[in-house]
Amino acid sequence: MHPIVRTLLQRVSLSVATLLAVSVIIFLMIEALPGNFASAILGQSATPERVAAFERQIGLDRPPVERYVVWLGNLLQGDFGNSLASAGSPVGHERTVMSLVGPRLKNTMFLAGLVAVVAVPISLALGLLAALYRNGIFDRLVNLTTLTSISVPEFFIAYILMLFFAVRLPWFHSLATVNTDTELLERVARCTLPALTLVLVIVAHMMRMTRASIINLLASPYVETARLKGLSPARVIVHHALPNAWAPIVNVIAVNLAYLVVGVVVVEVVFVYPGVGQLMVDSVSARDIPVVQACALVFAIAYIGLNLIADLVAIITNPRLLRPR
Amino acid sequence: MTTGTKEIPTPTVRRGLLATAWRELKRAPISAWFGLAVVFAYVFVGVFAPWVAPYGEAEIVGAQYQAWGGQHVFGTDQLGRDMLSRLVFGARNTIGIAFLTTALSFLIGGIIGMIAAIVGGWLDQVLARLVDVLMAIPQLVFALVLLSIFGTSVVNLILIIAVLDSTRVFRLARAVAMNVVVLDFVEAAKLQGENILWIATREVLPNILPPMVAEFGLRFCFVFLTISALSFLGLGIQPPTADWGSMVRENATLISYGDITPLLPAGAIALLTVGVNFVVDWFLHKTSGLKDGH
Amino acid sequence: MDIESPLLEIRGLRIEGESGEVWHEIVKGIDLTLRRGEVLGLIGESGAGKSTVGLAAMGYARPGCRITAGSIRFDGLDLARLPESEKRKLWGPRMAYVAQSAAAAFNPAHRLIDQYVETPVVHGIESEGEVKRQAVDLFRRLHLPDPERIGERYPHEVSGGQLQRAMTGMAMACHPDLLIFDEPTTALDVTTQIEVLAAIKEVVRHLHTAAIYISHDLAVVAQMADRVMVLRHGELVEEATTREMLANPREAYTKSLWAVRSLYKQEESSRDVVLSVQGVAAAYGRGIKVLEDVSIDVPLGRTVAVVGESGSGKSTLARVITGLLPPLAGTIQFQGKALPPALRNRPRDLLRRVQMIYQMPDTALNPRRRVRDILGRPLAFHLGLTGQARDRRLIELLEMIELDARFLDRLPSELSGGQKQRICIARALAVNPDLIICDEVTSALDQIVAEGILKLLLRLQKDLGVSYLYITHDLATVKAIADEIVVMHRGRVVQKGPKTTVLTPPHHPYTELLLSSVPEMNPDWLDGVLARRAIAAAG
Repeated sequence: MHPIVRTLLQRVSLSVATLLAVSVIIFLMIEALPGNFASAILGQSATPERVAAFERQIGLDRPPVERYVVWLGNLLQGDFGNSLASAGSPVGHERTVMSLVGPRLKNTMFLAGLVAVVAVPISLALGLLAALYRNGIFDRLVNLTTLTSISVPEFFIAYILMLFFAVRLPWFHSLATVNTDTELLERVARCTLPALTLVLVIVAHMMRMTRASIINLLASPYVETARLKGLSPARVIVHHALPNAWAPIVNVIAVNLAYLVVGVVVVEVVFVYPGVGQLMVDSVSARDIPVVQACALVFAIAYIGLNLIADLVAIITNPRLLRPR
Repeated sequence: MTTGTKEIPTPTVRRGLLATAWRELKRAPISAWFGLAVVFAYVFVGVFAPWVAPYGEAEIVGAQYQAWGGQHVFGTDQLGRDMLSRLVFGARNTIGIAFLTTALSFLIGGIIGMIAAIVGGWLDQVLARLVDVLMAIPQLVFALVLLSIFGTSVVNLILIIAVLDSTRVFRLARAVAMNVVVLDFVEAAKLQGENILWIATREVLPNILPPMVAEFGLRFCFVFLTISALSFLGLGIQPPTADWGSMVRENATLISYGDITPLLPAGAIALLTVGVNFVVDWFLHKTSGLKDGH
Repeated sequence: MDIESPLLEIRGLRIEGESGEVWHEIVKGIDLTLRRGEVLGLIGESGAGKSTVGLAAMGYARPGCRITAGSIRFDGLDLARLPESEKRKLWGPRMAYVAQSAAAAFNPAHRLIDQYVETPVVHGIESEGEVKRQAVDLFRRLHLPDPERIGERYPHEVSGGQLQRAMTGMAMACHPDLLIFDEPTTALDVTTQIEVLAAIKEVVRHLHTAAIYISHDLAVVAQMADRVMVLRHGELVEEATTREMLANPREAYTKSLWAVRSLYKQEESSRDVVLSVQGVAAAYGRGIKVLEDVSIDVPLGRTVAVVGESGSGKSTLARVITGLLPPLAGTIQFQGKALPPALRNRPRDLLRRVQMIYQMPDTALNPRRRVRDILGRPLAFHLGLTGQARDRRLIELLEMIELDARFLDRLPSELSGGQKQRICIARALAVNPDLIICDEVTSALDQIVAEGILKLLLRLQKDLGVSYLYITHDLATVKAIADEIVVMHRGRVVQKGPKTTVLTPPHHPYTELLLSSVPEMNPDWLDGVLARRAIAAAG
């Protein structure tokens, strides 16, 4: 087997193993719940018969390992079980977790995608400029602004934007209410403020990291060699710095998109955007454990997946691995 | 081949710690001065909250949502409590809890990270893998999950965030301690027969202190923001305790009327984290300044 | 073009370097003249500013450095004032740079040949096909293996010595008027160094290129340069033709550059053996064996020098003896008793008896502890000394290493390199050991400082009767300190015995190669060795 294939496989299986470990942790949530799970859900007044029936219904009477295997098997088939918020209601009105999470996942991915499309090119360009003109006025200014912007809580930016661009100047919607029927352009318009909030936060992080990795690269002896060959600054960067920059740059993008996954929770709540983040916060308040589990798993998959992509890119752009000695 | 003259030791004029600090401060940029001023002001307000605040923390002193001015500089909140007083007590509660959490997280992560680096071998491997798994779930999401299980109380909040954040501290402590552990003076101590505790406290700890201090500032900001976010989501510090995150949430509706009151607690959070970050930025620049550029 | 005028004329050059936001002058008014086709050696110790001057000869200052005064006239142009866009037209076609570490100076993302053709093609001098054809010729002249295809490889696929030669080839691609060699062989082993030196010398001579050759090693410079300038702390100490400089150095500082070479220890023998290593094999993890069947005896009160190049296993041997790496096979006897293989099984008294001194005094001392604590701790830990008794012993130790009580309250950063190494020696001596393992203890130090350290070690051995196991790659040091020599190669002992026996022919073939590769203070040495080797190969 070519060593690079082996390295790639190793990295992928590491991610799968991590994901399995994460699934165990998420599964154990129910086990760790203090007190009796069923009575915690059904309330103290529930009769013992009802508790027993409920436990049978969700399979609490079987040993944990067996339940984990069944649970995982169901997950793989896309079955996350039923939402507890609807448990106890008459048969037929129960909602599956999938039917709750599914549409909201699409919304969240739409928002995150919108942010990524805007933020990634801007931050890479700004980061590159700051690195090239480092210690100049532009760089210092950018450093101060981004340092401020990463220090500020998301909801502060969100409310300021809302105050100025939705209330004082009624340019945008202050609430990002969308549903499945909303047209694409309308959807983008309604998402402007939440997207802008996230862009401001992400750009600051991403461009600081881009700047740092480019500066690191420009300090390499081979860049000095290239300069002393009399090459133009553009050629030094494009031909000598960039081929070695893919791994760090993709890493910067992945780390920040993973950060986006978290930022989205608060922003969705502020703008009442029907995404996974808001669903998760609501479900935590309602202690709707299956939904919380599903949301947590979704976030973890996104997080692990992004980091995996970054590492895979780093592996396939590394000549040492492409052409081992 | 850089600057420096190896065989001429630097003249050893020894100054007091305070004199050195003052000399460094005089050369510090405005942003660092600003940051320090902010931090000191917050600490002062937090410590002397009962004397600074005009009213009590949970005291209902007027009508709901009173406008600014008059007896209540920043008006009143949704229950008719004095906004300024709540802000002042919020400083004590929010900063205090975040500080406690960060300290706990450093105690756990720092000690385990240092031990992993010194002992090495399978213990190090197991701990590192475990932390990798824990870090594969985004911190805020993990915190939400745990809070949904254990319920929202201040003690739970502190413990959960401290444990989750200690994974980051572990990573850094282990990484910087690794760099020190491979140095010959640590090997020399091992060859003398010194035990782990001695090596950790006398040989390693003093050498990883500067990056750890800087990291404390950054982690504090992160913890502070996480707790504020959780409180804002209604899952962190619970009423009637005055806390900035919850105050933003409680008064959020005012924004739609063009009232900036909810921005006050949010701004209070922002100002402190900006201040701390400015100080840390300067500190990092100072401690790493000699290394970069060449 | 005026043939008689110098190619390069530097006058009153001053350069400042930044550290911690403060600018220090690192080159303090240097004048330098280089004629066409001439090779000038720049020699000096760390911090002399020789690399900075070398780069300034191209009108280049590294980030964090700036040229503050003086002129750099190259072929009628003043590089100190020329804008960078103009200098770029000269860099590559007219002047080129060969860096110390070719492994870092080649771009890891491109094939060697693509990096080679870049300069002539981008500057529009030759077509790509023509350059590639010339490259094969030059690679052959540089004795690179498989010259037709080696260019297709990536830098990580080529060994260090070959990469350094390819780097030289790349610099020569446009037949520049001026080449700057910045310590091109310093990172290489002696047996590799000689190949690279031979290759560089041949192409420079063949193309009649002017060059500045920078090194800290006068014996290396003597092979390459027609004329030598000695720098110290950014100032010129002495300038002369190479032969004149070697025959009649005027300045005391210049003489001190080969201080260690003037030392020679009269060899003595001893009947008693303090340490006996028998048939030791060792490996890291489950990897390949780093040591195989190694047997060494260290006589009481004498010095055994373990000599070898990188990868010979000499430092691993030290780790096995100290117990950091328990051996896979073999035994170690110390003072007639078996030594427990692992460090944790050794009683404290045994730890006291075997001490170690390291190569880098900078990393061997905890930068956060004062000398008093560094030396006081072993006294308390092993000997139980406290209070006044400890203070008396501390002063006594400092006197032994020729320092005084003023040093007790200093931090390592307040000591010079030589003083730090003396403190390391004192730490080892503090607990009255029987054996001290010295791992390259002088190779990070400047020559004159190294000489002082070696003299100190010799005196301490005479006074205290302590035995040394002295690990080194430097044969001058071996001559200065050893009673017996062990030559190691790829994890095995290839030859051992009393110093004079090992150093006198007949040698083991590897010992022969090693000994003959060490540059001598004689400008004809390199040509002589190459001629002898050619004859040996033909015969």
